[in-house]
Amino acid sequence: MNSNSEQPTVENPHFVHVAGASLHYGEDGEGFLALRDLSLDIARGEFAAVVGPSGCGKSTLMKLISGLALRTAGEVVVDGVSVTKPLKTVGMAFQNPALLPWRTVLENVLLPIQVVRPHRSEYRYNKAPFVERAKALLAKVGLAGVEDRHGWELSGGMQQRVSLCRALIHEPEILLLDEPFGALDAFTREELWGVLQDLWIERRFTVLLVTHDLPEAVFLANRVHVISSRPGRVIYTVDIDLPRPRTLDVSFTPRFVDYVHDLRSHISKARQVI
Amino acid sequence: MSNVTGDIMASPVIDEVRQMQRRKRTIRKLASDASPWLATLGFFLIWELGCRLLNVPEFILPTPSASIAALIEFRDGIWLNASHTLLTTLIGFGLAVLFGAALGIVVGGSPMLYRALNPLLIGFNSIPKVAMVPILVLWFGIGTVPAVLTAFLVAFFPITVNVATGIVTMEPELRDVLRSLGASKADILLRVGLPRSMPYFFASLKIAITLAFVGAVISETVASNVGIGYLMMTASATFRVPLVFASLLVIAAMGVAMYAVAASLEWRYAGWATRGGAG
Repeated sequence: MNSNSEQPTVENPHFVHVAGASLHYGEDGEGFLALRDLSLDIARGEFAAVVGPSGCGKSTLMKLISGLALRTAGEVVVDGVSVTKPLKTVGMAFQNPALLPWRTVLENVLLPIQVVRPHRSEYRYNKAPFVERAKALLAKVGLAGVEDRHGWELSGGMQQRVSLCRALIHEPEILLLDEPFGALDAFTREELWGVLQDLWIERRFTVLLVTHDLPEAVFLANRVHVISSRPGRVIYTVDIDLPRPRTLDVSFTPRFVDYVHDLRSHISKARQVI
Repeated sequence: MSNVTGDIMASPVIDEVRQMQRRKRTIRKLASDASPWLATLGFFLIWELGCRLLNVPEFILPTPSASIAALIEFRDGIWLNASHTLLTTLIGFGLAVLFGAALGIVVGGSPMLYRALNPLLIGFNSIPKVAMVPILVLWFGIGTVPAVLTAFLVAFFPITVNVATGIVTMEPELRDVLRSLGASKADILLRVGLPRSMPYFFASLKIAITLAFVGAVISETVASNVGIGYLMMTASATFRVPLVFASLLVIAAMGVAMYAVAASLEWRYAGWATRGGAG
């Protein structure tokens, strides 16, 4: 929670460095090429978004960076270390909140604390500070007072907030979001954009957001990458130069709409390029 | 809350309708609570009337009243044998729970073992366990041990399959979340796999406990000199058919009682799986 000590460092501009990475699923001869020659850099503390047609390997890119899947060629470096096995302190959230139904909201948020070293041993001896931290985080996303409820008692939007808290409680250096708001209604989605943006402004963690919602990418990200259809590679990158905090009103300004329009035209190209 | 709405639209017609709905709900609740007893009672009534109206001889199908009379008459012998069967069943069931759950965890935790052992398990489960009783007698002699083992053999399979299923069907997202936190396989099993398989485990207990009774009684009828199965065999050999039916009633009652115990355990330890709804 000591956000004041977390200044974005400049000595390592490319916190995530992906260069010429390819990933081939299945054995040689069979299977398919999910990513081909993909290059992408994310600076420490940057909010990056990846958009592309469905089935373009956006989620595969996430697995590549987190080390859950291993590239077949190329370079994937996170924080100066080549990724060869799953990273240990990633925060993740998916379209499916995937909360544990037997745990209360608070216990769900505390799950990473029980797993990540060195928190897990500290937690065993002294739970109170972690519980405080979890409650504060839940309050920040507007979930004060539901700590002792179960996930399935909450609405989809609230579950997704819990999922976000779970992804952030251990203060990961990188947050990977795979269409986290994809299953929510439009109003809840917009509300959660604001929640996520506020958290990011306060803590400046590095984010990779995978989405197919172009306004979402423009609203949230500093930089948006467009990936072509399979085998996926980055075909267009644009910096979103809009002041923060961005409000919903901003999303109706010509500049915002221009960004979305520009991305949309590249998506159309991405769908044709094979 | 009803006060607030009442103030806003105090309408005698609505109030009356509400009251009627409430009364209806109470009646429905009472009927639902009484229904298992009524159904059981009805079953026995039809049985009793059927036997009497059709003049069925007692040595073919005795009436429930004759069976209950036999139950009372031979209560000492029935109690002795029934308690023995209950003990046999529970020991076999206990072994099945320990072994079945352990095997389920191992098999569910390792896709490799899951594939490797699947045909063996299915093949083994397809063997009629009554065919194994003579072998068990050959190894352990006539008596309690084959009955315990038969109960165990019949009961462990559903437990294993269910526990393994509970672990295997873990959401891939959840596995990814945990792996990217540096969780070991043991962590994932402990934090997610096992709790997640609990509803499956308790559901299988309800099946396994009734199967354990079947196994124990089968073995007793074939190779034992004590137990409710043995009692049934002797009774039918001497054409004391009401006693046979009295024994069947006792087995059924014990099965229902143990099922209820398993169901209450399920509700207690895996109630979350019903999402707070009626379990």
